[in-house]
Amino acid sequence: MSLFTEFTIFVLAIFVGFEVISKVPTTLHTPLMSQTNAIHGIVMLGGLIVLGYAGDGLEYVIGTIAVAFGAINIVGGFLVTDRMLGMFAKKPKPKASPASSASRPGAVDKNDEGAGK
Amino acid sequence: MIAEAVLKPGGDVATALYIVSFSLFILGLKQGTHPTTAKRGNMIAAAGMAVAVVTTLLLDGMGNWGLIAIGLAIGSAVGAYASIRVKMTEMPQMVALYNGVGGGAVALIAWSEIRHGIHIGGAMPLEDLIPTLLAAIIGSVSFWGSNIAFAKLQDLIPTRPLAVPGQQIINAVLGIGVIVLAIIIAINNDPPSQALFILILVCAAILGNLVVLPIGGADMPVVISMLNAFTGLSAAAAGFALQNVALIVAGTLVGSSGTILTMEMATAMNRSVANILFSGFGGAPAAVAGSGEQRPVTSIGAQDAAIKLAYADNVVIVPGYGLAVAQAQHAVKEMANQLEARGVTVNYAIHPVAGRMPGHMNVLLAEADVPYENLKEMDEINPEMPRVDVAVVIGANDVTNPAAKNDPNSPIAGMPIIEVSEANEVIVIKRSLSTGFAGIDNDLFYEPNTSMLFADAKAAASEVAAEIEQL
Repeated sequence: MSLFTEFTIFVLAIFVGFEVISKVPTTLHTPLMSQTNAIHGIVMLGGLIVLGYAGDGLEYVIGTIAVAFGAINIVGGFLVTDRMLGMFAKKPKPKASPASSASRPGAVDKNDEGAGK
Repeated sequence: MIAEAVLKPGGDVATALYIVSFSLFILGLKQGTHPTTAKRGNMIAAAGMAVAVVTTLLLDGMGNWGLIAIGLAIGSAVGAYASIRVKMTEMPQMVALYNGVGGGAVALIAWSEIRHGIHIGGAMPLEDLIPTLLAAIIGSVSFWGSNIAFAKLQDLIPTRPLAVPGQQIINAVLGIGVIVLAIIIAINNDPPSQALFILILVCAAILGNLVVLPIGGADMPVVISMLNAFTGLSAAAAGFALQNVALIVAGTLVGSSGTILTMEMATAMNRSVANILFSGFGGAPAAVAGSGEQRPVTSIGAQDAAIKLAYADNVVIVPGYGLAVAQAQHAVKEMANQLEARGVTVNYAIHPVAGRMPGHMNVLLAEADVPYENLKEMDEINPEMPRVDVAVVIGANDVTNPAAKNDPNSPIAGMPIIEVSEANEVIVIKRSLSTGFAGIDNDLFYEPNTSMLFADAKAAASEVAAEIEQL
């Protein structure tokens, strides 16, 4: 891939990014930031490549840490975004079935207390 | 057998799969901008990531499988554990942490690339070297800056702006120094100097620390969003160095979308990004001026609060970060349920930066099953404030401070606020008269129609709910 091809892709991607994210409701700022955060976990590919072709001791260490960092970024980022968005998705339900909405807050409370300890 | 499965690096099949991967990212992000499709969007993006990772693992010549497995296992376990255990209130620091590891990974990849270049011998081509240096600088700044942001949000270090004299000059010197070092490496690229490269990493690390340390807690969300964009850009730079189209596109997407988000958040706070970065919001002088004078306040108990609320027609709850810290969202919802059972109209007034991140309060209240239609945005609720009987401020401070409107000399002058002082009565549930993130006194507490209920947000809300039930 030539440098100019790369630049073409880079510039086009800038515009795509701007277009896709323009006019997001404030409500979704946190989940969306979290999702873009997960997407930059793509750097793990770089970590995999340098580790996969690494040839000396220090590079093994650097590469393994880079892969681990990237994996934290990817796995944690997508999971946490999913958890957060799950709370939004829950909202229409209380109307449909009051029983489930009554039991839910209690269940969440327990989780929170567990996490706090 | 395995040989048939491998893909040529930069070959047609690998590139095609990377194109599939970044297309899924774009689709996922697009769906992430609407509440109904956001969850699916996140899954689509995650699927894109899976395609990209598997493609990379199948590249020809890859080795060190044991180490790759270790890195993947440790990282996945840590990431999964953290994301399941984290409380919704801690979301901003979680994002900061993931941001930091992403930036750290980029800086390490750049280091490895430089060593690779030295190992091959001869001059490292500038089209590889320059993006590698950029990736190292931005990645290192992002890693350290995010860690500081994390530490501040987690209260490991003071959230108050910390600054040393001549900070701007030191930052400028470091910033220029890093660029000069990079130019020196680029000129003497036969082979590039690893020692100078490490010096760049160190200087960028100090710069990352110094840039974020002076920023107050209230501005931290904007900074995290900006560092998020930085990490994206550093990933794109790494993509140039490794000639990997998935890294270039995904990194750039995050860079540009992160920039838009950052600007939208800054706009919501009525401040410019430059102002946030360089002003050291909430400096000491204002805090001293506020604490110097003793003004009388009206203090009430849970029972009085319950009576005021129960006999109102129209109540607005103004939640702030204190509510989040106290995990009071469920108790507040219970209080609202009690009021609604008595026929009181209860709405929630959400400041754009309530919580510690734009949209953060919406997430927390959604967790407590507060109906979406009861969440009113600031511009929607302010005109109605004069018709509100009681406004209950729970754990919010700066975003209700009338000084933002009335006192042009206030550090928060011009910041949009929820105009609770326009309501007939105000009840502020707060543990003490202490200042908020801005470090300034809140005039609201001393107004004649304001009553203070000094208590922990969660305990107070539960108590008030119980009192209302007994009325």
